[in-house]
Amino acid sequence: MRNEIRFSGFGGQGIILSAVILGRAAVMYDNKFAVQTQVYGPEARGGASMSQVVIDDDQILYPKVAVPDIYVIMSQEGFEKYGASAQVSAVMLIDSTLVHSRPKCRCIEIPATGQAKASLKVIVANIVMLGALVAATHVVSEESLKKAILDSVPKGTEDLNLKAMQLGLELGKQS
Amino acid sequence: MTRIEFWQGNIACAEGALAAGCTFFGGYPITPSTEVAEHMAAKLPKRGGAFIQMEDEIAGIASIIGASWTGARAMTATSGPGFSLMMENIGFAIMTETPCVVVNVQRGGPSTGQPTMSAQGDMLQVRFGSHGDIAIIALCPATVQEMFELTVKAFNLADKYRVPVFLMADETIGHMREKIIVPDTVERVERKPFVAGTPAFRVTDPDNIPGFPAFGTGQHVHVTGLTHDERGYPCATNPNLHMALVKRLVDKIENARDEMADYDVINPDAGQVFVAYGAPVRTVMQVMHDKKDTNIGFLRIRTVWPFPEKALAEFKNAKRFIIPEMNLGQISREIERHVCVPVRSIPKLGGELHTPEELVAVLEEKA
Amino acid sequence: MSYDDWFRKDRLPHIFCAGCGNGTIINCTLAAIDQMNWKKEETIFVSGIGCSSRAPGYILTDSLHTTHGRAIAFATGVKMAKPDFNVVVFTGDGDMAAIGGNHFIHACRRNIDMTVVCMNNQIYGMTGGQGSPTTPKGCLSSTTPYGCAETPFDLCELATAAGANFVARWTSYHVKELEKSVKAGLETPGFSFIEVLTQCPTAFGRRNKFRQVIDHVEFLKSHSLLKAKRDRLVEKHEHVPEDMFVVGELTRRNRPALGVKP
Repeated sequence: MRNEIRFSGFGGQGIILSAVILGRAAVMYDNKFAVQTQVYGPEARGGASMSQVVIDDDQILYPKVAVPDIYVIMSQEGFEKYGASAQVSAVMLIDSTLVHSRPKCRCIEIPATGQAKASLKVIVANIVMLGALVAATHVVSEESLKKAILDSVPKGTEDLNLKAMQLGLELGKQS
Repeated sequence: MTRIEFWQGNIACAEGALAAGCTFFGGYPITPSTEVAEHMAAKLPKRGGAFIQMEDEIAGIASIIGASWTGARAMTATSGPGFSLMMENIGFAIMTETPCVVVNVQRGGPSTGQPTMSAQGDMLQVRFGSHGDIAIIALCPATVQEMFELTVKAFNLADKYRVPVFLMADETIGHMREKIIVPDTVERVERKPFVAGTPAFRVTDPDNIPGFPAFGTGQHVHVTGLTHDERGYPCATNPNLHMALVKRLVDKIENARDEMADYDVINPDAGQVFVAYGAPVRTVMQVMHDKKDTNIGFLRIRTVWPFPEKALAEFKNAKRFIIPEMNLGQISREIERHVCVPVRSIPKLGGELHTPEELVAVLEEKA
Repeated sequence: MSYDDWFRKDRLPHIFCAGCGNGTIINCTLAAIDQMNWKKEETIFVSGIGCSSRAPGYILTDSLHTTHGRAIAFATGVKMAKPDFNVVVFTGDGDMAAIGGNHFIHACRRNIDMTVVCMNNQIYGMTGGQGSPTTPKGCLSSTTPYGCAETPFDLCELATAAGANFVARWTSYHVKELEKSVKAGLETPGFSFIEVLTQCPTAFGRRNKFRQVIDHVEFLKSHSLLKAKRDRLVEKHEHVPEDMFVVGELTRRNRPALGVKP
């Protein structure tokens, strides 16, 4: 089973880190294979950033994402540049606080930035989205996601990030 | 013992160097290779090694050659523009038989070109870029795992053959993260021991490789880029001496062509045969997996220079060789020299990897 | 031991022309090194391309004769990989100040622990007398046939401004002073730079009215202005002659240095 996940948002939201955490969860804790790639152009600084992850039970040969089946979109510009062309069979998680457009495919609205701002910190909105992604799609297990988050976030922010993941899991399950 | 990691290719390269015992890195940051330098900057000082960011790439390779003569395993990393700057001192390393490793994470050229996009445009430059008649070794990784393993191998080949060895990676493999199995220890091949008191560059073995008299061991070796005799003394106007020296420097690599050939042969009886190195290997593997057709062969090359021409001969029924490269057909031209059947280059510029569909379209085209 | 014990005798005779000042500078440098009681096994000479850069080939230690302009960059690798080594660079004005200028100023900035002796003959001697970045205004060379129109570098001011811990200038006439300054440079942790103005009868003197070697050495002597004297003139607001160059120990300080032997 091959999943192709595309993350997009604006620079500073932790889009790249989200993709790295997801890939890490798959490889290190789910015993799967993953390849993470990203857009490196200078336009990524402040503009729309984008990163993609391929997750597969078998070794990944072609490493690039051709047609994503899962999207995580966290900005309007990111939607327009990297989300608007999603195929109808895809599923898209959208940060409904920041993105007003909606795709033709199945759309899961997660008010990640709004809820993170209200109850945690806005900086962990990406982790809320990751939690929601896992709850809605099961591309990796919850336990693996938790471990990969703990591996990747700065010391002293573990609790905050785990709370954000939990919030995301709940929002994802409700949807 | 091994452990699993989820590493970027450039980090795997730096970790491979550290595992191989590299204790010196001198270089200049350049996209898309910078992560190699950054990782070495973080790790080397804690391991008793030295990292130095030099003022340019010319100084970067100069510093690793200097470090190598102290006996250290030394490395630099760069990309196209920096690689162009290194050409003269690469020749110095070849002429003085200085082991060192140069990583080139290739990006789109010419000139500043596409700093963040992938390419394989320096495959002929690495072979022929420095002036004079030269021979070098170049390895091309196609996975993050190979970024690690071929870096280790590059150090071993450099020390064995006393030549600069090039890890010719590309932005695709350098920047992507994937699963890697990291071994606790790696194989290490040492430089040939030097017989004290003998001339510094005397060759007694049929492999044409002299022993290495490291600085500080009391051998008082004089190292010069000038044409030199077996004592290492300049002797730049003697035609026979120059011929013999340059011939030996080329022969020690060319004669070991088969010995250092590193490639995989898949479906040797096939009629259509892909040949690939670096990132396009991944697309070919995808096509092979999807098609499951024994009439499609694949030669996957890791040692691109010296080119492993004997591998082509293993495809006895080949009617056509198909070469996807992220350049305008640099290695296709080398393959044309060795085969009598048509060679179909699939050149690609722009920075994106060939898609499986692009390769399938060529497979299906009428001959 | 004496300086004579440092020579690689099976390489002699050398390639320097009759009347060349490079031998004087090599002797002074080796005499200073000899006083340091350095072991040959721990002393590395590095050079680039040019007449001056042939010096390491005549010295019985490990030595690295590198590419044009890059000696200091190679030396940086040697020193950083093995700080236990004593590293001395022989270079010239063309090698160090033209093609190697960037490496020079960055080595000064890093204040890396090595001593650089620059034999400044104000011309490219080995290749037949082309102009260099230190060819004085108006002087003739094969590439400045109507007189050099460019302003030359003051290498010592450059080294001081860029951060070197020790900077001195002498000429091939001042053998005793030069030897002392080289020794002081060798003793100073960090980057030490000693510029030595020297005669090149073959490529410079011939074109610039110094047909006799002694005339050029006499010129170097008579146009040297001791730093102490210059300082007195400046202090008294008196006129400092424009056609003279300052000699002496120009900079000695103790800024943080790189690659110092532990």
